Amino acid sequence: MKTLDTITVTPETVVGEVAKLVTSGWRMITMSCVDLSPEQFEVLYHFDKELAETHLRLTFPKGMAIPSVTPTLFMAVLVENEIKDHFGVCFDGLPLDFDGKLYLEEEVKATPFCKYSTGTKQ
Amino acid sequence: MARTIIPFGPQHPVLPEPIHLKLVVEDEIVKEALPQLGYVHRGLEKLTEIRDFNQMIQIVERVCGICSKIHAMCFCQGVEEMMGIEVPERAKFLRVIWSELHRIHSHLLWLGLYADAFGFESVFMQFWRIREKIMDINEATAGNRVIVSVNVVGGTRADLSPEQCNWILQELDWVEKETKRLQAVMLDDYTVKKRTVGVGVLTREQAYALGAAGPTLRGSGVAQDMRQFKYAAFDKIDFAPVTAPDGDCYSRGKVRFLETLQSVDLVRQAISRMPQGEIATKFKGNPEGELVTRVEQPRGELLYYLKGNGTKFLERVRIRTPTFANIPPLLAMLPGCELADVPVIALSIDPCISCTER
Amino acid sequence: MLKNMIQTSRLKSPWIIHFDCGSCNGCDIEVLACLTPLYDVERFGVVNVGNPKHADVLLVTGTVNHRNKHVLKNIYDQMPNPKLVIAIGACGLSGGVFREAPNVVGGVDKVIPVDVYVPGCPAKPEAIIDAVVAGLGKLAELQKQAAI
Ligand code: SF4
Repeated sequence: MKTLDTITVTPETVVGEVAKLVTSGWRMITMSCVDLSPEQFEVLYHFDKELAETHLRLTFPKGMAIPSVTPTLFMAVLVENEIKDHFGVCFDGLPLDFDGKLYLEEEVKATPFCKYSTGTKQ
Repeated sequence: MARTIIPFGPQHPVLPEPIHLKLVVEDEIVKEALPQLGYVHRGLEKLTEIRDFNQMIQIVERVCGICSKIHAMCFCQGVEEMMGIEVPERAKFLRVIWSELHRIHSHLLWLGLYADAFGFESVFMQFWRIREKIMDINEATAGNRVIVSVNVVGGTRADLSPEQCNWILQELDWVEKETKRLQAVMLDDYTVKKRTVGVGVLTREQAYALGAAGPTLRGSGVAQDMRQFKYAAFDKIDFAPVTAPDGDCYSRGKVRFLETLQSVDLVRQAISRMPQGEIATKFKGNPEGELVTRVEQPRGELLYYLKGNGTKFLERVRIRTPTFANIPPLLAMLPGCELADVPVIALSIDPCISCTER
Repeated sequence: MLKNMIQTSRLKSPWIIHFDCGSCNGCDIEVLACLTPLYDVERFGVVNVGNPKHADVLLVTGTVNHRNKHVLKNIYDQMPNPKLVIAIGACGLSGGVFREAPNVVGGVDKVIPVDVYVPGCPAKPEAIIDAVVAGLGKLAELQKQAAI
């Protein structure tokens, strides 16, 4: 079974870790959110440097807001908004917040990508 | 000076697809740009819950019709790696051939639209005329003009006979000849240069930090191409990324133009080095585990994050397409440009909105 | 007399507008391919325009989603009567492969009335040209009705 080599981070350390990678020349590719279980979400941060990859893994309970990395790294802005649209994860301190309406209109079911339960959309 | 907000899109003559940009302008100068997406959003990553991994190939092909083959290849590579399937050599070469054909037609399509954006309609027609040859090749070899659907998990579903290979080579000679004839227009013409040189500049540092991908990144002088990763048969093919140093619209156009010619060469190499043999491996079981695969699309680097749980339904498919990465750089290019240049700059990242929003 | 002229030229030279609802681009580029030298519908007087107010025929590709349905309705309303709507591709017909996706409403006919359906994924340029020609018969009828 294939698994991804990841560095585990916590909501407190994620911004620091990202900043550390960025200053040492890593380039963020994207973030992926996975609905793990009825209680937990997981967000993966994918980085790249001269074709090598590294990934950060952040697991956190549903309903909790995680810090936004956009102030450190502007390119995350669309990704975080997308995750907010699809999963209802809230990012603390996200500048340029589309408020869950990047893709979706009001009448659509909130957080359509959640499998186990709908996340909260604030 | 008062600020005015000008909406650009969603239905705009130069844009083949709906994207909406709110441009804050002062006089004629753009100060700020805000994107508004979602006109093409379908939410197809979610379909993995009701479609098994073989059926998902058909879905991911339709993320974007222009580079459908490459989406499917990326997805199949991921599933194969997860299940430990060894793909036959011949299938790898076939995948390279079709994906480079896709790159040629995508770049020709873009070059045409780009010429149209600065008002050069006859060049648009010329590029699209050349492009029809590639569509013919697709139709003759795979049965469909746009969505060729040749990938299956374990290899490819179609093969190329020696006659077909010869015919492809002949047609490509014509494509190369005709494209070269347009080189003087696209790269040396005074009017074209006037519209593109120094417009929409993205510096090397900006491009890198904002996560630009593909020709947008290489047009700023960073030599990064996923084909250096040597996926499929690229380990047996000579390849070096094309770059241009200036980071303006002209550089991005130049990279794409030269890549078109390069891809013709790559197809030739692939056809000449292709071994005989099987085209697909049989396999049993279901994918399990998680991984990230990356390939190079015409528009840049494509990333799939796949997570399988041992059933035939994948647990999560996450698609990061190149245009999605190229939108923050676009927002960085726009401020300071003139309103009349917005269409050219917006097109210079080769926006593919159906990719972006999935 | 002027009316007569408009009526004949509308049929002989229909002006089309193309709107991309959530299409995968496959059908879009086939619509555009119709305009380019190999198929070249302009030789029949079919002109692609950017403004709905100038158009007689609306070509729609792709699935309708919750955001673009307003745009689609808007464009349809802006077109002058009599008008023709052609839905292109499996997506435009029913939602195609995406019909079960969360943000998809379904085919074009969920929002506006459709006159001609073009199947295919993607629909071939020949089929799209055929559809426009087939639609002209209907446009002639609509015109007659409007004249009475
Ligand atoms: S019908 Fe097929 S080719 Fe056309 S937009 Fe839909 S998925 Fe794409």
